[in-house]
Amino acid sequence: MIWAAVLVASAGCFALKLAGWSVPARWLQGERLQSAAVLLPVALLAGLVVVQAFASGRSLVLDARAAGLAVAAVLVLLRAPFLLVVLAAAGTAALLRAL
Amino acid sequence: MGDGPPGPDAPAASRAGVRRDALGVGLAVGAYGLSFGAAAVTAGLDTAQACALSLLLFTGASQFALVGVLGSGGSAVAAVAGALLLGSRNTLYALRLSSLVPARGVRRLAAAQLTIDESTAMATAAPAGLAPLGFWATGLSVYVLWNLATLLGALGAARLGDPAALGLDAAVPAAFLALLAPQLRTWTAARVAVAGALLTLVAIPLTPAGVPVLLAGLAVVPLLLRRRTG
Repeated sequence: MIWAAVLVASAGCFALKLAGWSVPARWLQGERLQSAAVLLPVALLAGLVVVQAFASGRSLVLDARAAGLAVAAVLVLLRAPFLLVVLAAAGTAALLRAL
Repeated sequence: MGDGPPGPDAPAASRAGVRRDALGVGLAVGAYGLSFGAAAVTAGLDTAQACALSLLLFTGASQFALVGVLGSGGSAVAAVAGALLLGSRNTLYALRLSSLVPARGVRRLAAAQLTIDESTAMATAAPAGLAPLGFWATGLSVYVLWNLATLLGALGAARLGDPAALGLDAAVPAAFLALLAPQLRTWTAARVAVAGALLTLVAIPLTPAGVPVLLAGLAVVPLLLRRRTG
């Protein structure tokens, strides 16, 4: 049963990925579709940040992750390098948890 | 430049920078591979099954969801359904990636396999012309490190520590925020990001895992309804 789940889920997820790649460029050519397609990852990734920083199961929580994200946001506004932003967020959260 | 709020510079100004960031992303995500391997074994999978998931399914959220459902006694059908739901955002990512990253035939199959949150974020954040590099470097880096880490985690090396103790669960959203920020150079993009974030925030307590992020995609609907682009 587990192998069946593993293989079916894998095949299904691959098919989902490939389906997106297989949509012909022509279908997305209208100006409005183009602008929507370009910004679709922006919308999804913004949602992803929210889930990763504030969700705990189906609850919203403010914990060390939120503090780390706040520090990251400040550094991003200050145009800090990418790796510094990531390390600072991790360090902030780890520090808060260690206290 | 644009008429929107100023955005930070792109995370990497050169090919070497993009590669370096791709490696960094791979290492951070790879650490989660350790906990995935351990979680899979804890949920009752064997090492081969855990590794098969990372090699074949290769989508972190879907993988954790699948083993989570199986481990808590849920049915295989529910486990697969949850994995597919969480995987559907990759379809939406691919709609954008197919114009950014040229890939036909076998390369397209490889590109599909490597379509995940991280490779999409790096591809869309990359400076002009470097989107394919951002995509492939990140996709391959994560693929190798995630799979190695899964194997180690399943074999028991994961008991070295919990990613949360190292603050990695804050590092991941921070990384996505840093990749998102340079794309918010116009008011339209900023509004879409804020709308997506709000839609997700509201949806988290109300909908099952995976749905909140998909609902964020609705933030682009107003763009489809505009009479003219502005």
